[in-house]
Amino acid sequence: MQIKKILITACLSFISFASFAEGVDSGDTSWILTSTALVLFMTLPGLSLFYAGLVRSKNAISVFMQCFVIACMVSIAWVIYGYSLAFTEGNAFIGGTSLFFLAGIGRDTIAPGTTMPHSLFVIFQMTFAIITPALVVGAFAERMKFGAMCLFSLLWFTAVYIPACHMIWGGGYLADVKDFAGGLVVHLTCGVGALVAAIVLGSRKGFPSSPMPPHNRTMVITGAAMLWVGWFGFNAGSSWAADGLAGMAMLVTHISAATAALTWMAIEWIKQGKPTLIGVATGMVAGLATITPAAGSVGPEGALLIGFMAGIICFYATQTVKGVFGIDDSLDVFPVHGVGGMIGIIMVSFVGVQGGFLGSSAGEDWVPMEQLLIQLKGIVVIGVWTAVATWIILKVVGLVTDLRVSEEEELQGLDVTEHEERSYDLV
Amino acid sequence: MKLITAIIKPFKIDEVREALSSIGVTGLTITDVKGFGRQKGHTELYRGSEYVVDFLPKIKVELAVSDGSLESVIEAILSVTNTGKIGDGKIFVSDLSQVIRIRTGELNEDAL
Repeated sequence: MQIKKILITACLSFISFASFAEGVDSGDTSWILTSTALVLFMTLPGLSLFYAGLVRSKNAISVFMQCFVIACMVSIAWVIYGYSLAFTEGNAFIGGTSLFFLAGIGRDTIAPGTTMPHSLFVIFQMTFAIITPALVVGAFAERMKFGAMCLFSLLWFTAVYIPACHMIWGGGYLADVKDFAGGLVVHLTCGVGALVAAIVLGSRKGFPSSPMPPHNRTMVITGAAMLWVGWFGFNAGSSWAADGLAGMAMLVTHISAATAALTWMAIEWIKQGKPTLIGVATGMVAGLATITPAAGSVGPEGALLIGFMAGIICFYATQTVKGVFGIDDSLDVFPVHGVGGMIGIIMVSFVGVQGGFLGSSAGEDWVPMEQLLIQLKGIVVIGVWTAVATWIILKVVGLVTDLRVSEEEELQGLDVTEHEERSYDLV
Repeated sequence: MKLITAIIKPFKIDEVREALSSIGVTGLTITDVKGFGRQKGHTELYRGSEYVVDFLPKIKVELAVSDGSLESVIEAILSVTNTGKIGDGKIFVSDLSQVIRIRTGELNEDAL
């Protein structure tokens, strides 16, 4: 009896000690569970509403379809091969096949280097993989064939997002680049991908002479607000823990959003005479995109600066892409996300240093000019890879199917021609 | 009998309704329409560009009246819709050959 009791007690203490040692932290896990929901919410329906409101009413359904279907396709692809190729060990550019179909990941498996279940880490990262190709939708909205879009998005996720994710977050070639939540992995990839897609597909009929204003600005601001809130999961969740880093990341994210929104609003007010809702919404998104890579290292003052820069630089970038270069990146993905991401990546070198310029919350130290070179390397590698891969994918897809709908279908609107549905069945 | 079609500025519709009720008009139909006359469009902003919106929102009011009431109805509409600015709208008067009340089958004058 005595021996039995001793043995049982020993076993129990071994088990509880083992859990401590392996460490699924319930606080961290709860927060990342929540962040996952927040980041998915950014796509469904945040980004969907934001984009759908910006296009003309005859194309609203097509935008929702594109975002929703991308979410579904990427989810499945992530499970089958995406997660493995992004996060397991392979070479400098791509991971391995050891976790294809998430083999071996069960309920009690813990994600290496974290305090959360592996299943959770998989789905948390999945939400980032989902939103990135969904952001590219903004470039080819109102004119891409649905089938071509599906094929393109799946291939783009595979050949652009996965390698970028592996290089920067999966221990690959760019592991020394500081990209906290996706300035390169998400924003530069989608921005450059969007620019290339807009160029290859060509402009919408009537661009740039006919104005194509948003059909529902209330939808735009609703979606934008959802993006703001969801971004707390995007940036603060990237700490992978419920800790001070998450708290500061959330704070600086918020500051950047508010500052950029007001900056954009001020520029519009002065330049054009009136502040607009679309301007405030766009400025806010630019601020969020720009702080994304820096959220883990800047402090509040740094966030004010970054938000301010985002508001100014992204505003003029928006005018330039369409106005100067005549590229119909329909929903301004490159000037907001691409340019924003790059600014953030660069600024990390300067405002992220512990006790440095404008103070920070960084736990690590680096030499600004040294880090700048590394950050720039990241921009060039990801930028060029994305541009080339996107171009190739579009050409390949173009061999299988038309990329664009016909001119008549474009005039009628994609809702009826691609989906035989009307967004609004008003009298 | 006459069919009066009035194109008016949207914010005037409540005053038109009250003015017509006060002279005993019992029914009318309104439609949201867009159009322009001499009032050119107005400008709106989108992503830094100003663009001209040619078609302006208006409301079309249609009502059937007896020949005897025509003058007072037109007078009532004009009194509340005239702002003196371009874009006030127009009133069209056309002949109405038949009117039928669906519920009872009453015809013409009895159906007004």
